[in-house]
Amino acid sequence: MPATQVPTHQSHEFTPQPWRDRRLERILGNLLRIGVLISAAIVLSGGCVYIYRHAHEPADYHVFRGEPSDFRTIPGVFQSVMNGRGRGLIQLGLLFLIATPIVRVAFSIVGFAIERDRLYVMFTAFVLVILLYSFLGSGLTF
Amino acid sequence: MTILVFTVVVAIASLVAGFLGSLTGLGGGVVLVPLLTVFFHVDIRYAIGASLVSVIATSSGAAAAYVKEGFSNIRIAMFLEIATTLGALCGAFLATWISTNVLAIIFGFMLLYSAFLSRKPRTDAQRSLPPDPLATRLRLNGTFPDLGRKRSYNVQHVPAGFGLMYGAGALSGMLGIGSGAVKVLAMDQAMQIPFKVSTTTSNFMIGVTAAASAGVYLSRGYVDPGLSMPVMLGVLVGSMLGSRILIKAETKSLRIIFSAVILVLGLQMLYKGFWGKI
Repeated sequence: MPATQVPTHQSHEFTPQPWRDRRLERILGNLLRIGVLISAAIVLSGGCVYIYRHAHEPADYHVFRGEPSDFRTIPGVFQSVMNGRGRGLIQLGLLFLIATPIVRVAFSIVGFAIERDRLYVMFTAFVLVILLYSFLGSGLTF
Repeated sequence: MTILVFTVVVAIASLVAGFLGSLTGLGGGVVLVPLLTVFFHVDIRYAIGASLVSVIATSSGAAAAYVKEGFSNIRIAMFLEIATTLGALCGAFLATWISTNVLAIIFGFMLLYSAFLSRKPRTDAQRSLPPDPLATRLRLNGTFPDLGRKRSYNVQHVPAGFGLMYGAGALSGMLGIGSGAVKVLAMDQAMQIPFKVSTTTSNFMIGVTAAASAGVYLSRGYVDPGLSMPVMLGVLVGSMLGSRILIKAETKSLRIIFSAVILVLGLQMLYKGFWGKI
């Protein structure tokens, strides 16, 4: 009997499975894929409008002018999407893209909570707070 | 050059950047920033904005495959991300006190040395080290798919890895690029984490770190839609291709690609340090 007990003891102590419920990882993988595809579709449609209107103008990024406020804040981006601007649509898609890692961190908290892993709920919540702080405190929202 | 031609060329270059970025865990900035600034004479601030977009696109594009297959270790990522975010906050503060040129030169030489180190595969003795008590308590040890079956690994030198991650965050706060390299090196060389787990976990982390600073750059007007559009779409396609390749690739060849990219990054850093630009 002890001979069979040793390996089970070892495998329990030395190889704790991150997220024993593999289903959660699969859901997370699909969510990520959907999020990325949505943002890519928005950027692509905005890009088509932009190229259709400006294809033959010269590309000039030599001098930094900074983007106009339409493309620098969330309300500005929404306003320019409403006005049917291609570049506004591109910025909206980019905002979706930037949100994907943040959503992923938020979902990880849920995953650790389901596992009742308090230490990692705390670690992940800390990372999320810093993320949200730097995202919302950047002047992007107004 | 018209916008149409520019868009097509940047999209192709971004595809390559995303491919290499997802294979190495470094993001696409290593390829994109010098290409945009040196060949297309794009202002460095627009290039930084585009590079940031490329890092998030690489990270998110490859993530779905890496999460599903069980390569990236979320616990390692979250534990180390604490050090990186704290380091980044500190780095932004230190940037006004330290000469970034000197820093870039030191970092450049460090990368050249790392390129040499990371080529070598680990020995069997290094692979079968006993578990570290701290890593076990933090539940960092895990498994990953290797040649059709699961292989378990034990994480070593947790405090050293945590400290290096703090440095990686500080560096990215001061220099703007290069944090992915320190992340992979810290996990691979210091913490003895299998190479594929190191690069895919770094791939997750660089997206989180970049998202933290994306808001600031977007609100400062660094992110140009006309430039970011081909970058994002090209990088996404490239990173999805890269992630398929990594799953099947041999670690030996991945190490060679990684050390080549690190070598280029090191030379870029030296150039930046001596001539004051990327």
